[in-house]
Amino acid sequence: MKTIAEIKAIRDKMQAEIIDRDKSHNKDIRIIVGMATCGIAAGARPVFNTLVDEVAKRKLVNVKVSRTGCLGMCKLEPIVEVYTPNDGKVTYIRVTPEKILEIIDKHIVGGNVCTQYLVENE
Amino acid sequence: MRELSLHILDIVGNSVRAGATLITINITTVDNLLTIEIIDNGHGMSKELLDTVCDPFTTSRTTRKVGMGIPLFKMACQCAGGQFTIDSTRNVGTTVKATFLVNHIDRAPLGDLVSTMITLISEDIDYLLDYQVDDRRTIFDTRQVKQELGDIPIDSPEILIYIKDLLTENIITVNGGRNI
Ligand SMILES: Nc1ncnc2c1ncn2[C@@H]1O[C@H](COP(=O)(O)OP(=O)(O)OP(=O)(O)O)[C@@H](O)[C@H]1O
Ligand SMILES: [Mg+2]
Repeated sequence: MKTIAEIKAIRDKMQAEIIDRDKSHNKDIRIIVGMATCGIAAGARPVFNTLVDEVAKRKLVNVKVSRTGCLGMCKLEPIVEVYTPNDGKVTYIRVTPEKILEIIDKHIVGGNVCTQYLVENE
Repeated sequence: MRELSLHILDIVGNSVRAGATLITINITTVDNLLTIEIIDNGHGMSKELLDTVCDPFTTSRTTRKVGMGIPLFKMACQCAGGQFTIDSTRNVGTTVKATFLVNHIDRAPLGDLVSTMITLISEDIDYLLDYQVDDRRTIFDTRQVKQELGDIPIDSPEILIYIKDLLTENIITVNGGRNI
Protein backbone atom coordinates (compact mmCIF):
# COMPACT_ATOMS: atom_id res chain seq x y z
CA MET A 1 0.00 0.00 0.00
CA LYS A 2 1.04 3.54 -0.69
CA THR A 3 1.29 6.12 2.07
CA ILE A 4 1.07 9.88 1.84
CA ALA A 5 4.74 10.20 2.84
CA GLU A 6 5.85 10.84 -0.75
CA ILE A 7 3.68 13.89 -0.91
CA LYS A 8 6.35 15.92 0.87
CA ALA A 9 8.66 15.67 -2.13
CA ILE A 10 5.91 16.87 -4.47
CA ARG A 11 5.09 19.70 -2.09
CA ASP A 12 8.69 20.91 -1.99
CA LYS A 13 8.93 20.83 -5.76
CA MET A 14 5.64 22.72 -6.12
CA GLN A 15 6.61 25.27 -3.51
CA ALA A 16 9.69 26.17 -5.53
CA GLU A 17 7.58 26.49 -8.69
CA ILE A 18 4.92 28.56 -6.98
CA ILE A 19 7.41 31.22 -6.06
CA ASP A 20 8.13 31.62 -9.79
CA ARG A 21 4.54 31.43 -10.84
CA ASP A 22 3.34 34.11 -8.44
CA LYS A 23 5.59 36.59 -10.18
CA SER A 24 4.04 35.98 -13.57
CA HIS A 25 0.50 34.65 -13.10
CA ASN A 26 -2.53 34.57 -10.95
CA LYS A 27 -5.17 31.87 -11.12
CA ASP A 28 -6.91 34.02 -13.65
CA ILE A 29 -8.79 31.34 -15.58
CA ARG A 30 -11.53 29.38 -13.86
CA ILE A 31 -13.23 26.28 -15.24
CA ILE A 32 -16.34 25.09 -13.41
CA VAL A 33 -18.16 21.82 -14.05
CA GLY A 34 -21.84 21.39 -13.06
CA MET A 35 -22.05 18.36 -10.79
CA ALA A 36 -25.64 17.89 -9.57
CA THR A 37 -27.61 14.70 -10.24
CA CYS A 38 -28.42 15.79 -13.80
CA GLY A 39 -24.79 16.60 -14.62
CA ILE A 40 -23.43 13.43 -13.02
CA ALA A 41 -25.96 11.25 -14.84
CA ALA A 42 -25.07 12.94 -18.12
CA GLY A 43 -21.33 12.29 -17.73
CA ALA A 44 -19.85 15.25 -15.82
CA ARG A 45 -17.46 13.10 -13.78
CA PRO A 46 -15.28 11.92 -16.70
CA VAL A 47 -15.29 15.49 -18.04
CA PHE A 48 -13.99 16.77 -14.69
CA ASN A 49 -11.31 14.08 -14.44
CA THR A 50 -10.14 14.64 -18.02
CA LEU A 51 -9.87 18.33 -17.23
CA VAL A 52 -7.74 17.71 -14.13
CA ASP A 53 -5.45 15.35 -16.08
CA GLU A 54 -5.01 17.77 -18.97
CA VAL A 55 -4.43 20.85 -16.81
CA ALA A 56 -1.75 18.91 -14.89
CA LYS A 57 -0.20 17.50 -18.07
CA ARG A 58 0.02 20.88 -19.77
CA LYS A 59 1.08 22.59 -16.53
CA LEU A 60 -1.57 25.27 -16.92
CA VAL A 61 -0.69 26.93 -13.64
CA ASN A 62 -3.07 29.85 -14.11
CA VAL A 63 -6.13 27.59 -14.37
CA LYS A 64 -8.33 26.74 -11.39
CA VAL A 65 -10.69 23.79 -11.89
CA SER A 66 -13.70 23.35 -9.63
CA ARG A 67 -17.19 21.93 -9.48
CA THR A 68 -20.58 23.36 -8.65
CA GLY A 69 -24.17 22.15 -8.22
CA CYS A 70 -27.03 22.45 -10.69
CA LEU A 71 -26.51 25.08 -13.37
CA GLY A 72 -30.22 25.07 -14.16
CA MET A 73 -30.31 23.58 -17.66
CA CYS A 74 -30.51 19.87 -16.90
CA LYS A 75 -31.15 18.80 -20.50
CA LEU A 76 -27.95 20.46 -21.68
CA GLU A 77 -25.64 18.83 -19.14
CA PRO A 78 -22.74 18.26 -18.78
CA ILE A 79 -22.25 22.02 -18.59
CA VAL A 80 -18.87 23.69 -18.20
CA GLU A 81 -18.39 27.38 -17.45
CA VAL A 82 -15.11 28.99 -18.41
CA TYR A 83 -14.07 32.40 -17.05
CA THR A 84 -11.14 34.11 -18.76
CA PRO A 85 -9.95 37.73 -18.50
CA ASN A 86 -10.48 38.21 -22.25
CA ASP A 87 -13.88 36.62 -22.87
CA GLY A 88 -15.50 36.74 -19.42
CA LYS A 89 -17.92 33.89 -18.85
CA VAL A 90 -18.47 31.33 -21.60
CA THR A 91 -20.90 28.43 -21.06
CA TYR A 92 -20.34 25.17 -22.92
CA ILE A 93 -23.09 22.57 -23.09
CA ARG A 94 -23.23 18.80 -23.63
CA VAL A 95 -19.51 18.60 -22.93
CA THR A 96 -17.69 15.28 -23.31
CA PRO A 97 -14.07 14.34 -22.46
CA GLU A 98 -13.19 14.83 -26.16
CA LYS A 99 -14.83 18.27 -26.29
CA ILE A 100 -13.13 19.42 -23.10
CA LEU A 101 -9.73 18.57 -24.60
CA GLU A 102 -10.63 20.68 -27.61
CA ILE A 103 -11.87 23.53 -25.39
CA ILE A 104 -8.59 23.48 -23.44
CA ASP A 105 -6.60 23.51 -26.63
CA LYS A 106 -8.52 26.17 -28.56
CA HIS A 107 -10.03 28.37 -25.87
CA ILE A 108 -7.89 28.09 -22.73
CA VAL A 109 -4.54 27.83 -24.50
CA GLY A 110 -5.37 29.30 -27.92
CA GLY A 111 -7.71 32.08 -26.81
CA ASN A 112 -10.48 31.24 -29.31
CA VAL A 113 -13.94 30.37 -27.97
CA CYS A 114 -15.29 27.05 -29.34
CA THR A 115 -18.51 28.59 -30.60
CA GLN A 116 -19.97 25.31 -31.86
CA TYR A 117 -20.48 24.11 -28.26
CA LEU A 118 -22.26 27.20 -26.97
CA VAL A 119 -25.90 27.14 -25.92
CA GLU A 120 -26.90 29.72 -28.52
CA ASN A 121 -25.73 27.40 -31.29
CA GLU A 122 -27.73 24.46 -30.04
CA MET B 1 -26.66 5.83 -12.95
CA ARG B 2 -24.51 2.92 -13.92
CA GLU B 3 -22.09 2.99 -11.00
CA LEU B 4 -22.58 3.19 -7.26
CA SER B 5 -19.63 5.58 -7.14
CA LEU B 6 -21.68 8.03 -9.25
CA HIS B 7 -24.44 7.89 -6.65
CA ILE B 8 -21.81 8.52 -3.96
CA LEU B 9 -20.64 11.62 -5.84
CA ASP B 10 -24.23 12.81 -6.03
CA ILE B 11 -25.20 12.08 -2.40
CA VAL B 12 -22.03 13.77 -1.15
CA GLY B 13 -23.06 16.76 -3.28
CA ASN B 14 -26.07 17.13 -0.98
CA SER B 15 -23.74 17.18 2.04
CA VAL B 16 -21.62 19.86 0.40
CA ARG B 17 -24.73 21.96 -0.26
CA ALA B 18 -25.71 21.48 3.40
CA GLY B 19 -22.51 23.25 4.43
CA ALA B 20 -20.68 20.16 5.70
CA THR B 21 -17.01 20.60 6.56
CA LEU B 22 -16.29 16.91 7.20
CA ILE B 23 -17.74 14.09 5.15
CA THR B 24 -17.04 10.47 5.98
CA ILE B 25 -17.50 7.81 3.32
CA ASN B 26 -17.48 4.24 4.62
CA ILE B 27 -17.54 1.46 2.05
CA THR B 28 -17.42 -2.02 3.49
CA THR B 29 -17.78 -5.32 1.71
CA VAL B 30 -17.94 -8.42 3.83
CA ASP B 31 -18.87 -11.69 2.15
CA ASN B 32 -22.03 -10.92 0.17
CA LEU B 33 -22.94 -7.60 1.78
CA LEU B 34 -21.78 -4.20 0.55
CA THR B 35 -22.52 -1.24 2.81
CA ILE B 36 -22.11 2.38 1.76
CA GLU B 37 -22.43 5.02 4.44
CA ILE B 38 -22.10 8.77 3.94
CA ILE B 39 -21.95 10.84 7.11
CA ASP B 40 -21.82 14.63 7.11
CA ASN B 41 -21.78 17.43 9.66
CA GLY B 42 -23.92 19.77 7.59
CA HIS B 43 -27.03 21.66 8.68
CA GLY B 44 -29.25 18.57 8.54
CA MET B 45 -32.94 18.36 7.74
CA SER B 46 -36.13 19.05 9.61
CA LYS B 47 -38.35 16.11 10.51
CA GLU B 48 -40.84 17.17 7.80
CA LEU B 49 -38.22 17.29 5.06
CA LEU B 50 -36.69 14.00 6.19
CA ASP B 51 -40.08 12.30 5.95
CA THR B 52 -40.53 13.27 2.31
CA VAL B 53 -36.95 13.19 1.08
CA CYS B 54 -37.21 9.80 -0.65
CA ASP B 55 -40.01 11.18 -2.78
CA PRO B 56 -38.73 12.58 -6.11
CA PHE B 57 -40.65 15.82 -5.74
CA THR B 58 -38.71 16.93 -2.70
CA THR B 59 -36.03 19.50 -3.32
CA SER B 60 -34.80 22.74 -1.86
CA ARG B 61 -33.37 23.65 -5.23
CA THR B 62 -34.59 26.78 -6.92
CA THR B 63 -33.33 25.80 -10.38
CA ARG B 64 -35.90 22.99 -10.74
CA LYS B 65 -38.80 21.36 -9.00
CA VAL B 66 -37.69 17.78 -8.53
CA GLY B 67 -34.87 16.34 -6.49
CA MET B 68 -33.73 12.97 -7.80
CA GLY B 69 -30.50 12.17 -5.99
CA ILE B 70 -31.86 10.34 -2.95
CA PRO B 71 -34.72 8.51 -4.74
CA LEU B 72 -32.30 7.18 -7.38
CA PHE B 73 -29.81 5.92 -4.80
CA LYS B 74 -32.59 4.29 -2.81
CA MET B 75 -33.85 2.56 -5.93
CA ALA B 76 -30.36 1.26 -6.84
CA CYS B 77 -30.11 -0.18 -3.34
CA GLN B 78 -33.55 -1.78 -3.21
CA CYS B 79 -33.14 -3.29 -6.68
CA ALA B 80 -30.09 -5.08 -5.35
CA GLY B 81 -31.81 -6.63 -2.35
CA GLY B 82 -30.49 -3.99 0.05
CA GLN B 83 -31.84 -1.58 2.62
CA PHE B 84 -31.78 2.18 2.62
CA THR B 85 -31.89 4.49 5.62
CA ILE B 86 -31.40 8.18 6.11
CA ASP B 87 -31.05 9.90 9.46
CA SER B 88 -30.69 13.58 10.03
CA THR B 89 -30.58 15.98 12.93
CA ARG B 90 -30.81 19.70 12.48
CA ASN B 91 -27.49 21.46 13.07
CA VAL B 92 -25.74 18.13 13.66
CA GLY B 93 -25.69 16.37 10.32
CA THR B 94 -27.00 13.63 8.11
CA THR B 95 -26.19 9.95 7.61
CA VAL B 96 -27.23 8.06 4.50
CA LYS B 97 -26.75 4.30 4.60
CA ALA B 98 -27.39 1.82 1.81
CA THR B 99 -26.70 -1.89 1.65
CA PHE B 100 -26.46 -4.13 -1.41
CA LEU B 101 -26.20 -7.86 -2.01
CA VAL B 102 -22.88 -8.17 -3.80
CA ASN B 103 -23.89 -11.03 -6.09
CA HIS B 104 -27.38 -9.70 -6.87
CA ILE B 105 -27.94 -9.58 -10.62
CA ASP B 106 -29.30 -6.02 -10.49
CA ARG B 107 -26.52 -4.58 -8.35
CA ALA B 108 -24.63 -1.81 -10.07
CA PRO B 109 -20.83 -2.09 -9.79
CA LEU B 110 -19.05 0.32 -7.46
CA GLY B 111 -17.20 1.60 -10.53
CA ASP B 112 -14.64 4.36 -10.54
CA LEU B 113 -14.50 5.42 -6.90
CA VAL B 114 -11.17 7.18 -7.48
CA SER B 115 -12.70 9.55 -10.05
CA THR B 116 -15.46 10.31 -7.57
CA MET B 117 -12.90 11.21 -4.88
CA ILE B 118 -10.86 13.34 -7.30
CA THR B 119 -14.01 15.24 -8.23
CA LEU B 120 -14.92 15.85 -4.59
CA ILE B 121 -11.63 16.83 -2.99
CA SER B 122 -11.49 20.55 -2.28
CA GLU B 123 -9.78 22.99 0.00
CA ASP B 124 -12.75 23.84 2.19
CA ILE B 125 -14.15 20.37 2.91
CA ASP B 126 -12.44 17.37 4.51
CA TYR B 127 -13.06 13.78 3.50
CA LEU B 128 -12.44 10.58 5.35
CA LEU B 129 -12.66 7.52 3.11
CA ASP B 130 -12.67 4.19 4.91
CA TYR B 131 -12.61 1.38 2.38
CA GLN B 132 -12.77 -2.23 3.53
CA VAL B 133 -13.10 -5.58 1.80
CA ASP B 134 -13.32 -8.62 4.06
CA ASP B 135 -10.36 -8.19 6.44
CA ARG B 136 -8.43 -5.71 4.26
CA ARG B 137 -8.72 -1.97 4.75
CA THR B 138 -7.38 1.40 3.60
CA ILE B 139 -8.12 4.79 5.10
CA PHE B 140 -7.61 8.09 3.31
CA ASP B 141 -7.99 11.32 5.26
CA THR B 142 -7.64 14.69 3.51
CA ARG B 143 -6.84 16.34 6.87
CA GLN B 144 -3.57 14.38 6.97
CA VAL B 145 -2.79 15.28 3.38
CA LYS B 146 -3.49 18.97 4.00
CA GLN B 147 -1.21 18.93 7.01
CA GLU B 148 1.64 17.67 4.82
CA LEU B 149 0.84 20.16 2.09
CA GLY B 150 0.97 23.34 4.15
CA ASP B 151 -0.13 26.19 1.90
CA ILE B 152 -0.27 24.17 -1.34
CA PRO B 153 -3.94 23.63 -2.23
CA ILE B 154 -5.02 19.99 -2.13
CA ASP B 155 -7.07 20.49 -5.28
CA SER B 156 -4.08 21.52 -7.40
CA PRO B 157 -4.08 19.22 -10.43
CA GLU B 158 -0.57 17.91 -9.63
CA ILE B 159 -1.66 16.88 -6.14
CA LEU B 160 -4.89 15.34 -7.41
CA ILE B 161 -2.91 13.19 -9.85
CA TYR B 162 -0.75 11.97 -6.97
CA ILE B 163 -3.84 11.19 -4.85
CA LYS B 164 -5.38 9.39 -7.81
CA ASP B 165 -2.40 7.04 -8.09
CA LEU B 166 -2.32 6.45 -4.36
CA LEU B 167 -6.03 5.63 -4.08
CA THR B 168 -6.01 3.47 -7.22
CA GLU B 169 -3.19 1.31 -5.91
CA ASN B 170 -4.61 1.01 -2.41
CA ILE B 171 -8.12 0.14 -3.54
CA ILE B 172 -6.81 -2.57 -5.89
CA THR B 173 -4.82 -4.01 -3.00
CA VAL B 174 -7.82 -3.98 -0.67
CA ASN B 175 -10.09 -5.53 -3.30
CA GLY B 176 -7.71 -8.50 -3.36
CA GLY B 177 -9.09 -9.61 -6.71
CA ARG B 178 -12.78 -9.34 -5.71
CA ASN B 179 -15.08 -7.60 -8.15
CA ILE B 180 -16.83 -4.79 -6.28
N1 LIG C 1 -27.03 15.64 3.49
C1 LIG C 1 -28.07 16.49 3.49
N2 LIG C 1 -28.13 17.51 4.39
C2 LIG C 1 -29.16 18.38 4.40
N3 LIG C 1 -30.21 18.32 3.53
C3 LIG C 1 -30.21 17.33 2.61
C4 LIG C 1 -29.15 16.38 2.55
N4 LIG C 1 -29.43 15.50 1.54
C5 LIG C 1 -30.60 15.92 1.00
N5 LIG C 1 -31.07 17.02 1.63
C6 LIG C 1 -32.33 17.73 1.32
O1 LIG C 1 -33.16 16.86 0.58
C7 LIG C 1 -33.49 17.41 -0.68
C8 LIG C 1 -33.60 16.32 -1.72
O2 LIG C 1 -32.32 15.75 -2.02
P1 LIG C 1 -32.08 15.02 -3.42
O3 LIG C 1 -30.63 14.67 -3.52
O4 LIG C 1 -33.04 13.89 -3.55
O5 LIG C 1 -32.47 16.10 -4.50
P2 LIG C 1 -31.75 17.51 -4.76
O6 LIG C 1 -30.38 17.48 -4.20
O7 LIG C 1 -32.66 18.58 -4.31
O8 LIG C 1 -31.65 17.56 -6.34
P3 LIG C 1 -30.74 16.59 -7.25
O9 LIG C 1 -30.11 15.58 -6.33
O10 LIG C 1 -31.70 15.99 -8.22
O11 LIG C 1 -29.70 17.45 -7.90
C9 LIG C 1 -32.42 18.44 -0.95
O12 LIG C 1 -32.89 19.48 -1.80
C10 LIG C 1 -32.07 18.95 0.46
O13 LIG C 1 -33.01 19.94 0.87
MG1 LIG D 1 -29.04 15.81 -4.60
